[in-house]
Amino acid sequence: MSESLDKQKKDLSQLNNDYATKYGFHDPVDYFHRGAKGLSHELVEMISRLKNEPQWMSDIRHRALDVYLSKPMPQWANTKMLSEIDYNDIYYFMKPVGENSTDWNDVPEYIKKTFDRLGIPEAEQKFLGGVTAQYESEVVYHSMKEDLQKQGIIFLGMDDGLREHEDIVKKFFGTVIPMTDNKFAALNTCVWSGGSFIYVPPGIEVKVPLQAYFRINAENMGQFERTLIIADKGSRVHYIEGCTAPVYSTDSLHSAVVEVIALEDAYIRYTTIQNWSHNIFNLVTKRATAYKNATIEWVDGNLGSRLSMKYPCIQLVGEGAKGEILSVAFAGQDQHQDTGAKVIHAAPNTSSRVTSKSISKDNGRASYRGLAKVHKHAVNSKISVECDALLIGKNARSDTYPTMEIDCEQVRVEHEARVSKVAEEQLYYLTSRGLTEDDARLLIVNGFMEPFTKELPLEYAVELNRLIELEMEGSVG
Amino acid sequence: MTDKKALFEFKDIHVRVEGKEVVSGVSLSIKAGETHAIMGPNGSGKSSLSNALMGHPAYEITRGEIYLDGNNLLEMRADERSRAGLFLAFQYPLAIPGVTVANFLRTALQAHRGKEADMSDFRKLLKSEMKALSIDEVFATRYLNDGFSGGEKKRIEILQMAILNPKMAVLDETDSGLDIDALKTVSTGINRYHNDANAILLVTHYQRMLNYVKPDFVHVMMSGKIVKSGGPEIALKLEDLGYEWVEEEVNHRAGV
Repeated sequence: MSESLDKQKKDLSQLNNDYATKYGFHDPVDYFHRGAKGLSHELVEMISRLKNEPQWMSDIRHRALDVYLSKPMPQWANTKMLSEIDYNDIYYFMKPVGENSTDWNDVPEYIKKTFDRLGIPEAEQKFLGGVTAQYESEVVYHSMKEDLQKQGIIFLGMDDGLREHEDIVKKFFGTVIPMTDNKFAALNTCVWSGGSFIYVPPGIEVKVPLQAYFRINAENMGQFERTLIIADKGSRVHYIEGCTAPVYSTDSLHSAVVEVIALEDAYIRYTTIQNWSHNIFNLVTKRATAYKNATIEWVDGNLGSRLSMKYPCIQLVGEGAKGEILSVAFAGQDQHQDTGAKVIHAAPNTSSRVTSKSISKDNGRASYRGLAKVHKHAVNSKISVECDALLIGKNARSDTYPTMEIDCEQVRVEHEARVSKVAEEQLYYLTSRGLTEDDARLLIVNGFMEPFTKELPLEYAVELNRLIELEMEGSVG
Repeated sequence: MTDKKALFEFKDIHVRVEGKEVVSGVSLSIKAGETHAIMGPNGSGKSSLSNALMGHPAYEITRGEIYLDGNNLLEMRADERSRAGLFLAFQYPLAIPGVTVANFLRTALQAHRGKEADMSDFRKLLKSEMKALSIDEVFATRYLNDGFSGGEKKRIEILQMAILNPKMAVLDETDSGLDIDALKTVSTGINRYHNDANAILLVTHYQRMLNYVKPDFVHVMMSGKIVKSGGPEIALKLEDLGYEWVEEEVNHRAGV
């Protein structure tokens, strides 16, 4: 590591405070538009009208609401926790006063302060090509470097994307994740607001990451951002998203839908670090389609939340397509991270690799739920799945639910699952070198996460290590 | 020499592991600048003694005292003993996946100094010590002991010692698993570290390392006790005759 990197690392680590002061604050806000609590066709109509949407989108919303109402709650994962959500006590749409801005100075003061505290403009100056910041339901700030714009790269909030590039949105919206896919995808489709819209023209390489930041401020708030990323033939893009919410005593719901499309020879990496407060239900559908020789990479970090249900999926539909899913989940006291990965091989010579790492601490529970599916004609496909769970303390829990559906004989499948504990002998070894037991445990955990952390941009790696440190504080070995 | 105060001293140490006494009243006094060796057959309690001195939570010291440089170590945890200047080179060093040798050493050094180690100073130190131990530079970025051979692990133990520069180093079977070249390199590293201000306690089954790291005193341990102490000549005799003659001598003394 070079010295400047090291110094940068130090500076960055000093930007951080603990979660309560850094993310746990909330703003007293008068909302310009706030629908009634609960879901209805009236609410859906109001959202659509406020956004001044084309009729076809409004129709999709209404149909999705019917689908949502007709589908039962999932009868798997943590049904007990799922039943804790009171769907009638949630605000499904909130719009803060003020319009989406491209000038940081125009953003309302309290929101600006929020994102300043979260370090968004700083991060933007440091290394990003563009930034979108979403506050509750709406994108409040958006900017992109001029040279990217000149290359024809589109990076907008989803609402602006629909307004300015209706043809592209109409062509791809809901094609990767149809509203009928699952109850929460339907829910998102009927009340979606905000999210990112990215289109990269053929052959263009976006050299700096594009970033979005999602923030839930209000209590009993539902956030339903919708993200659509399209990388046209031979293009490359890295998109990063981070999420936080303040600490409230009542629960909030986050239910995003993310559709990612890599056309022939394109490359997309999607990096998420979610750090929700511990009362958020995080029920997200993320899926990508990779065409011929395209590559999709999900890098997915899940911290916080009460319950997360998230299984990033890659559909390899073109010959030679590649997929990689690298995820890490941290389940602390009273948390359940039910996460995993799905890979679907639907074309010959496709390959996928899943690396899932989970840490369970106190009575936390981390589950890996995965699907590896190979269609009949997907000959010479390769799948490798590796699940690695680390338990800290006697009550921590880890489960693995892998599903394999292999309808093809010429295929190579590797599956490996390991559960380990922070061993007393390891702790003794490290403490015998002068590290306190807490520091020793943290070092072991950071080491366990290293294959994930090293894939992150430096700022995110530092931030993640810092967050893990906070989660580890006061742990009882 | 005789009026010099002991640097490391333990008296009447009794150790219990899983309810069983494995060390029964061992005492030793080591002065700065000295090298001592504890030799003994397998199961004599010498590794248990080493771990108990370091503060392994599973090795309970039921009776006895330990002092390092005047500090009472007995009530200290392993990390505190380390920071007080005690070091144990492990017989079986553990792997810490994902943590590089460099990162680990820097973290340990920080723990000792109580402040962040200057990056360029640290890198210089690491580089020169690695070179002295003929450790390839790539090991700095490899994960600690993860997939290392027995010999590589032992070198890394000595590297840790060299970097942390303890007052008192206990080396538990550091010679085991080393071929002759590695043994020479590791011994050179130990001798390089050794000076008038620190001391070494070698714990070993075999005499061969003592050809390179010359002890001033040799103690023979059997069934949890030191049964014989003397100069380096004892080690040579053990090499020729094995442990039986000591056993006979002990039995004779006991009138068996």
